[in-house]
Amino acid sequence: MQWEIVIGLETHAQLSTQSKIFSGAATAYGAAPNSQACAVDIALPGVLPVFNRVAAEKAVKFGLAVGARINRRSVFERKNYFYPDLPKGYQITQLELPIVAEGGKLRIQVGDYEKDIRITRAHMEEDAGKSLHEDFHGMTGIDLNRAGTPLVEIVTEPDLRSSAEAVAYAKALHSLVRWIGICDGNMQEGSFRCDANVSVRPKGTEMLGTRCEIKNLNSFKFMEKAIDFEVRRQIEILEDGGRIVQETRLYDPDRDETRSMRSKEEANDYRYFPDPDLLPLVVDEAFLDRARATLPELPQAMRERFVSEYGLPAYDAGILTSARDLSAYFEDAVRDLGGEAKLAANWIIGDLSAHLNKEGLEIAASPISAPQLAGLLKRIVDGTISGKIAKEVFSAMWAGEGDADAIIDAKGLKQVSDSGAIEKLVDEIIAANPAQVAEYRGGKEKVFGFFVGLAMKASKGKANPAQLNEILKKKLAG
Amino acid sequence: MFNTSLKNLSGLLAGKKISSVELTQTFLKRIGDLNPSLNAFITVDEGKSLAQAKAADALIAAGKAGPVTGIPVAQKDIFCAEGWRTTCGSKMLHNFIAPYDAHVIEQFNRGGAVNLGKTNMDEFAMGSSNETSYFGKVKNPWDLNAVPGGSSGGSAAAVAARLCPAATGTDTGGSIRQPAACTGITGIKPTYGVVSRYGMIAFASSLDQGGPMARSAEDCALLLNTMAGFDPRDSTSLEREKEDYTRDLNQPLAGLKIGLPREFFAEGLSADVARAVEEALAEYRKLGAQTVEVSLPNSKLAVPVYYVLAPAEASSNLARFDGVRYGYRAPEYGDLVDMYQKTRAQGFGAEVKRRIMIGSYVLSAGYYDAYYLKAQKLRRLIAQDFTDAFKQCDVIMGPTAPTTAFNLGEKSGDPVSMYLSDIYTIAVNLAGLPGMSVPAGFGANGRPVGLQIIGNYFSEAKMLNVAHQYQQTTDWHTRMPPLHGEG
Repeated sequence: MQWEIVIGLETHAQLSTQSKIFSGAATAYGAAPNSQACAVDIALPGVLPVFNRVAAEKAVKFGLAVGARINRRSVFERKNYFYPDLPKGYQITQLELPIVAEGGKLRIQVGDYEKDIRITRAHMEEDAGKSLHEDFHGMTGIDLNRAGTPLVEIVTEPDLRSSAEAVAYAKALHSLVRWIGICDGNMQEGSFRCDANVSVRPKGTEMLGTRCEIKNLNSFKFMEKAIDFEVRRQIEILEDGGRIVQETRLYDPDRDETRSMRSKEEANDYRYFPDPDLLPLVVDEAFLDRARATLPELPQAMRERFVSEYGLPAYDAGILTSARDLSAYFEDAVRDLGGEAKLAANWIIGDLSAHLNKEGLEIAASPISAPQLAGLLKRIVDGTISGKIAKEVFSAMWAGEGDADAIIDAKGLKQVSDSGAIEKLVDEIIAANPAQVAEYRGGKEKVFGFFVGLAMKASKGKANPAQLNEILKKKLAG
Repeated sequence: MFNTSLKNLSGLLAGKKISSVELTQTFLKRIGDLNPSLNAFITVDEGKSLAQAKAADALIAAGKAGPVTGIPVAQKDIFCAEGWRTTCGSKMLHNFIAPYDAHVIEQFNRGGAVNLGKTNMDEFAMGSSNETSYFGKVKNPWDLNAVPGGSSGGSAAAVAARLCPAATGTDTGGSIRQPAACTGITGIKPTYGVVSRYGMIAFASSLDQGGPMARSAEDCALLLNTMAGFDPRDSTSLEREKEDYTRDLNQPLAGLKIGLPREFFAEGLSADVARAVEEALAEYRKLGAQTVEVSLPNSKLAVPVYYVLAPAEASSNLARFDGVRYGYRAPEYGDLVDMYQKTRAQGFGAEVKRRIMIGSYVLSAGYYDAYYLKAQKLRRLIAQDFTDAFKQCDVIMGPTAPTTAFNLGEKSGDPVSMYLSDIYTIAVNLAGLPGMSVPAGFGANGRPVGLQIIGNYFSEAKMLNVAHQYQQTTDWHTRMPPLHGEG
């Protein structure tokens, strides 16, 4: 039987606010345990939550960015359950009336196709603390620094049909939340983590299969592997005549498998109800206008513009708009360069990205700035250096040796465009290699490259390649 | 000195006729003598109180005194006060030293008042008789066989027995007004949102409201001036301009329209309470007021609605008492779940557990719509009744409770009969309206009767005026329990 995979994702993105969602304590990561937990965070008797409206601004920005309807009145509810890292015995979240309602969409690119993934809703909630089991013999430590950190939980429709689509969505979302400045996207620190609802159904059928939820996928690689494992597991069960049990599963990257955490029957009854300590959150037109005004050009629109305005292939435009800093770098370089967008794109996607990746740097930390890169590319455009020499200059720039012009001067890398000098060089090569000349003239055109190589070597790479080709061809033709 | 009103004490302090230290010592002595039989206080700390009294005397000497500077005020043990044990009447918090001040405590501290001690209360404010306290029953100073009402029974008994000039209470379903009625004192529950709930240990957040308990409306007005005010730490605190609640005390009542809900004078109201209330109304007519009959048709649903909503909120509010971070933890347990179960089984009393169970039930999947949601809808209807009634009158009056104080143990085995003692007060909390109780004579058994005054939203100054004028022509509020004699 042919199976169709159906996936919906729930993503928790930490909203990048200075203070917590319901208290004034700081949200900075990595502080000494419990040093950023105030009376409200540790749920002393008598304390009350006060909503941090910056969190709403950020959540609203997300809603606007995906084109969703914003609920003008949203309601905080309590989700009740006992756990030591949940100090109040309930989590404040949104259920019936989330701040971001239906209508949102996120476009993903997978291989050679594009697809819109529908976003069901996004709601705000507080994070829990952390239980520390390692450091305390026979006991559990509780660190409440993270308790009360603002999150937005973004839920999709079950629109994803493969692990590749799921990863593409997660990457697009990751890029978007950073793009609009609502989340730092740091997956190691837990700022962006996904739960995947996975089910399979016979291809061509409508009814959804029983799903399993895989919790806390905090890397794209694990997401792909976890979903692939889970899909195989479910298909095997179904093909053996078994039945899928709805449950929550955890992915174990060491063993590359998902394991049951709790079944639906064991699930808590969370006894949700509106939090009487908090008023409904009302978002007025002015608030929406302010959020709209702070929203930058969005990646999808920018991608389309890069194709139409700069004539870039969709692939290049996609990569350059995968992060806001990267797109800005590209546009800065093109502006300085005064055009030559494709050249700039090639260098940014090629050499620059390769160097950055190798050293694990973000574009913002690049040792070569956009104007500096433009300075280098200008010398290719005006024929001062060849593309090949430019790579050498680039490496020197990366190493901090200065701007392109200074390096070209210092190293004497200026291209030889004096046709007399090139002709002389070519004459010498032709004279020294009569056998190869005969081969070429006998129709073996592949030998041409041999002559180019020799000439380049003789000029120490500085011969203008176009000129050299032209002169070689002429002279070899005899 | 102990039988002097707060207003007069304030004058004596300001005129340096007495010092706050003397005054505080007088009341501490009285607490030492009488509290063993009344059990009105859970915690007394002479050192802390006298230190505050000294500081108050310094303020007075420096000419920086306000109306409550140097006045000893007993604080219901539901308000967190930094450095003070704050128990909420529960074993769960028997060892909890609050590390911060509630807004109400801050306000009194800012005003230079003296914290005279923490008063007894029903456990987590759940009860109408003060019999559910982990720290023992409070006795009614008028009759040691009677309950003082609840949940602010300790505060009520302390004011009635002149162990303090004034006290704070909290009122979720009548917990200021009903004990005030039972002990012959004056108490006001302000409009929801007037007094910050920050630092007031939550029972049912959408209903809880703090307020003053004292001997007279005038004293209550002075106290409310201190307690009320916007607090950004409580999202339900109302951002309004500061009011002077004494401003209308002396307004004449001619032309005042008093609404009498026919539902409050029906079956279930005992004859002696009805008679005392009628006499009070006659007094009001003498003062120039008119009475009109009004109807609150949905008020009969108030008790059942309350006993869905309040336990629902309480079941969640009390989840933080889990033995993990503070308060009681069972001495022996197996795993985590066992620790939770034993801690909560041992730390909470029977009434608290009953309400947590009711609350968890009405919120659970499959029952939520039938109970919680329906109760919320009815709550709106109950509030609407009052809105309609206030189109015909300025204030509503009736009995505070259907009977005078009942005997200790009389209702403790029958929760529903206990719940019905708040039948006239609960609807006010559901509507978020202000309500007060004023002493209006005595019942057949010699126990006090309370007249309830219900006002429209933010009409506290008016209500205090209405009560004050009555207290200018009657002396019920000056009566002192004979048990302790005149001082």
